Amino acid sequence: MTISIKAISLSKNYAHSTVVDNISFAANQGDVVGFLGPNGAGKTTTMRMLTGYLLPDAGSVEVCGINIHTKPMLAKEKIGYLPEGAPLYPDMSVLEFLKFVGRVRKIGTKSLADRLEQTIDRIQLHTVLGKRIDNLSKGFKRRVGIAQAILHDPEILIMDEPTDGLDPNQKLEVRNLIREMAKDKVIILSTHILEEVDAVCNRILLIAGGKLLADKRPEELMLAHQNSLEKAFLNLTQGQQDRT
Amino acid sequence: MNAIVTVARRELQQYFSTPLAYVFLVIFLILCSVFTFYIGNFFGRGQADLVSFFMFHPWLFLFLIPALAMRLWAEERKTGTIELLLTMPLTTTQVVIGKFLATWLFIGMALALTFPLWVTVNVLGEPDNGVIAISYLASFLLAAPYLAISVCMSSLTRNQVIAFVLSVAMCLLFMLSGFNAVTDLVTGWAPLWLVDTVQSFSFLTHYTAQMIKGVVSLKNIVFFTALTAFFLFANVIMIEQNKAQ
Repeated sequence: MTISIKAISLSKNYAHSTVVDNISFAANQGDVVGFLGPNGAGKTTTMRMLTGYLLPDAGSVEVCGINIHTKPMLAKEKIGYLPEGAPLYPDMSVLEFLKFVGRVRKIGTKSLADRLEQTIDRIQLHTVLGKRIDNLSKGFKRRVGIAQAILHDPEILIMDEPTDGLDPNQKLEVRNLIREMAKDKVIILSTHILEEVDAVCNRILLIAGGKLLADKRPEELMLAHQNSLEKAFLNLTQGQQDRT
Repeated sequence: MNAIVTVARRELQQYFSTPLAYVFLVIFLILCSVFTFYIGNFFGRGQADLVSFFMFHPWLFLFLIPALAMRLWAEERKTGTIELLLTMPLTTTQVVIGKFLATWLFIGMALALTFPLWVTVNVLGEPDNGVIAISYLASFLLAAPYLAISVCMSSLTRNQVIAFVLSVAMCLLFMLSGFNAVTDLVTGWAPLWLVDTVQSFSFLTHYTAQMIKGVVSLKNIVFFTALTAFFLFANVIMIEQNKAQ
């Protein structure tokens, strides 16, 4: 089985406006793909279609060769997902929540203990395990969100603004984590922070107005735009925004 | 099956991790006693049975079950956890059934905690415990369509108050469909069979008129089960429909 995710001509309309317009791309093992684009560009909607939360109006998604809409159970097992804003069940303790996710993910009792230990170590959640989630700081909530996404060691990891609201230290930790995991996974993350893309991604999908404007390595993109990602971002997205 | 149990366990856990469960249980038990002893005139009737207890259940359920169920989907939508839940390897049917079972079980617990009434009536006289057992089952069964309707309404909105009001209105319609106020809407123009059909959808006809008197008929059981299944199915469809929007 190849570790890959493929979006084929994805489109999505909301009440007469096209939010995602015919986006296609494929990502393979080792790819850290950054969805880059202004707010409202269609990044979140695309991610929701990739994870099977939304059905596209046209097009399809294949996760490791499995169509997520015809075989959702099989495909979803391979994905770890951190939705926008890292939603969590506020009334549960961190440990209860992670155990719940483990059971839903069908991790056996024995391996669940191992996976929990590894994940808690990796994300450094020891100090808050017994705390209720609604009593956690924003940074810890985000970390718990990341922990639930990687608990089952997914082949495909999709994160919607994973570092949003974190302080610089925490951002650095998350970036290191992404780099550590990148080798044997496909990682897709969305952001509008340019330095983040530069720091962790080896591929950029620039999206604006629902369209895929560029699919390049960061170096390539910078080379074409006076060695600056910011310039690339502005040059490519401004024209698009004027049109929408 | 395991997935349904996992979802149900979490829901049940959530009831008890907030004051909701305890507030509900206390209010339910107080209201049950008030209705039985004061409004139902338990002592004045001088009969060793629990009819004055069971006959008010449709009215209690009308408000308490929507209150219990209103958060089931509306809260998931509001906090965004629905996105988490629906991107995990669970089918929508498993989630719907899990949520339903957890709450139904909780209502079962609340009913079981009314056992002091049963003890009381046994101390005071010699009731027909067979009838009481059937009435308990009938009440538990009656709770299912109320709950299925409420869970379904909860999936329509992210606002719990709207979910509550919609649920009460819908349950009320089903309760009163045996009453003239509702049947009059159709008697003028509809054929008799339609009037009869509307009337037969009343919870009260099936519950108060028959089951709490100890009469078990397959028709009643099928009615409650079918109505529950219908609204759970509708709930699955609505959640699926949302994905396409």
